[in-house]
Amino acid sequence: MELLFAGIVGILCASGVYLLLRARTFPVVLGLALLSYAVNLFIFSMGRLVVGSPPVLRETQSTYADPLPQALVLTAIVIGFGMTAFLVVLALQAWVELETDHVDGNQDSEKRQ
Amino acid sequence: MSHWIILPIVLPALTAASLLLLARFSWDAHRAVSVLATLGLLVVSASLVLQSADGTIQVYELGSWPAPFGIVLVLDRLSALMVLLTSIVGFLSLLHSLQRWDRRGKNFHALFQFQLMGINGAFLTGDLFNLFVFFEILLIASFGLLLHGGGTGRIRSGVHYVVFNLAGSAFFLIAIGILYGTLGTLNMADLAVKVETAGSGDQALIGAGAFLLLLVFSVKAALLPLYFWLPGAYSSAVAPVAALFSIMTKVGVYAILRIFTLVFHPQLERIGEPIGQILILVALLTLLAGSLGVLASRDLGRLVAYLVIVSVGTLLVSAGLFTEESLAAAVYYLIHSTIVIAALFLLLEGIATRRGNVGLRLEPTARMIHSSLFGTLFFTAAIAVAGMPPLSGFLGKLFILKSAVETPFTIWVFSGVLTSGLLVLIALVRAGSLLFWKTSADRRPAGKPVHAGMLVPVIMLLLLIAGLTAASGPVFNFATQAAAQLLQPAPYIETVLDSRINDENSNP
Repeated sequence: MELLFAGIVGILCASGVYLLLRARTFPVVLGLALLSYAVNLFIFSMGRLVVGSPPVLRETQSTYADPLPQALVLTAIVIGFGMTAFLVVLALQAWVELETDHVDGNQDSEKRQ
Repeated sequence: MSHWIILPIVLPALTAASLLLLARFSWDAHRAVSVLATLGLLVVSASLVLQSADGTIQVYELGSWPAPFGIVLVLDRLSALMVLLTSIVGFLSLLHSLQRWDRRGKNFHALFQFQLMGINGAFLTGDLFNLFVFFEILLIASFGLLLHGGGTGRIRSGVHYVVFNLAGSAFFLIAIGILYGTLGTLNMADLAVKVETAGSGDQALIGAGAFLLLLVFSVKAALLPLYFWLPGAYSSAVAPVAALFSIMTKVGVYAILRIFTLVFHPQLERIGEPIGQILILVALLTLLAGSLGVLASRDLGRLVAYLVIVSVGTLLVSAGLFTEESLAAAVYYLIHSTIVIAALFLLLEGIATRRGNVGLRLEPTARMIHSSLFGTLFFTAAIAVAGMPPLSGFLGKLFILKSAVETPFTIWVFSGVLTSGLLVLIALVRAGSLLFWKTSADRRPAGKPVHAGMLVPVIMLLLLIAGLTAASGPVFNFATQAAAQLLQPAPYIETVLDSRINDENSNP
């Protein structure tokens, strides 16, 4: 499970970085979203991967899932969601006002379709 | 447990929420509430500085959850000073915005208050994840403020700023994840304890976390490879916002000072020591690149934006030495540079209005009306920012150079700081003479009149610079005490972690 988990985080992160480096606003938005998925999974795994245990300490229970990373991930998801929404609006605004989806706002050889 | 500490966060938050409602009913009341709340913040933060002056460290446990389980706010000399600086710059920028810019959008005041809340929170928090949350609050408010006023230039630089900072946030979360995974806590004081006792197997991961944090704070502070978003963003923002942003890079500097003296302190094997060296190297390169940027700017807005980078470089060159004198010099220079850059950004607005169509482009145009008034203000600010005697910039640089004597980096610090001072001076002399003297007589002045209300905040900020120069003794003493407190983290750690024991004793 660890290997699968680490692989998924790695693939998401690599795809995110790749898309982030495409100098177009839409891939950049997607790239940031993928990167934040990777980051959220990563934080989640930092409480160690445990299966079938409750996220509370009990005297009768010897193993437990660390609840704190789950709370952290929840916060990070909410913040990431808000930021992505803002970025989408900004990207649309840039598309309308600059008439290009290039992140530098340059109108280059690829014409707006 | 004094409740004063949480006021710099709660007051702007409540104000912002009520401003959102008020904006629909009465615009005058809306503005009045915003100004009064910021004035109140100024009073609160001044009182916090007085409370912290005797060296006591106060801890505020949110929801009475004891550290390290709950989030704590911690007030020491440095954080109190930063909060005061924020409210001074915030208040004067807000006064400036009343003349023109706040009417351009409905939610300027609310965003402004949220920005103040985020900045104050970042200065006061004692928890790493909470620091992340406050970073995000100040970021999203700053996105809104940066785009305030609209226009293609702002949107173009806004996209850079937003994307860059969101990527930075992702790295911050990775660093937080690593540190939580290896040390099992996110409370800064508790992290400091756990780092000392961490097993050797975790050292590499902890180091990775520490360097990632340095990277993230460098994005905020705009250090060398990570500052390219700054000149565009700061020069395209409207004047009061740019002035408020002069404290934003200092948030990154503050985070560096806090984390790398408290948690990964300079004596920490294999982490603390290289971080100091990297910091000095990167800061020197930043200083050089920033100075070249100042020299190459063909627009006064960009020139001042590059001055922000120069100031960050200067103060991190000093802070990177991590001695008491050098940190004190850095704190003094930090106060000075924040105020003077805010003054410059506010002054630019007046100059641009007076010059008419040419705006801030550095090219000759008709002689502006009231040229001598603007010239005097620009000249004073330029002297301060370039570090010429007699103003506080000179004293700040003197403290920095003095602290670097008899360290292994003497020659580097001296050459870096002095060279950049020279380059900045040349650039400012050239810009100033072009603005005020090299005017073409054949053209008629095209600018519009500037309301006196726009110049009052500038003059007040420049008077503060004069005050900072005159009272350099007491201020530098305070800075020295703040630096001493940073370098002896034991009382900080004890106060935060012992609050748990005290609470248990008081509630048996």
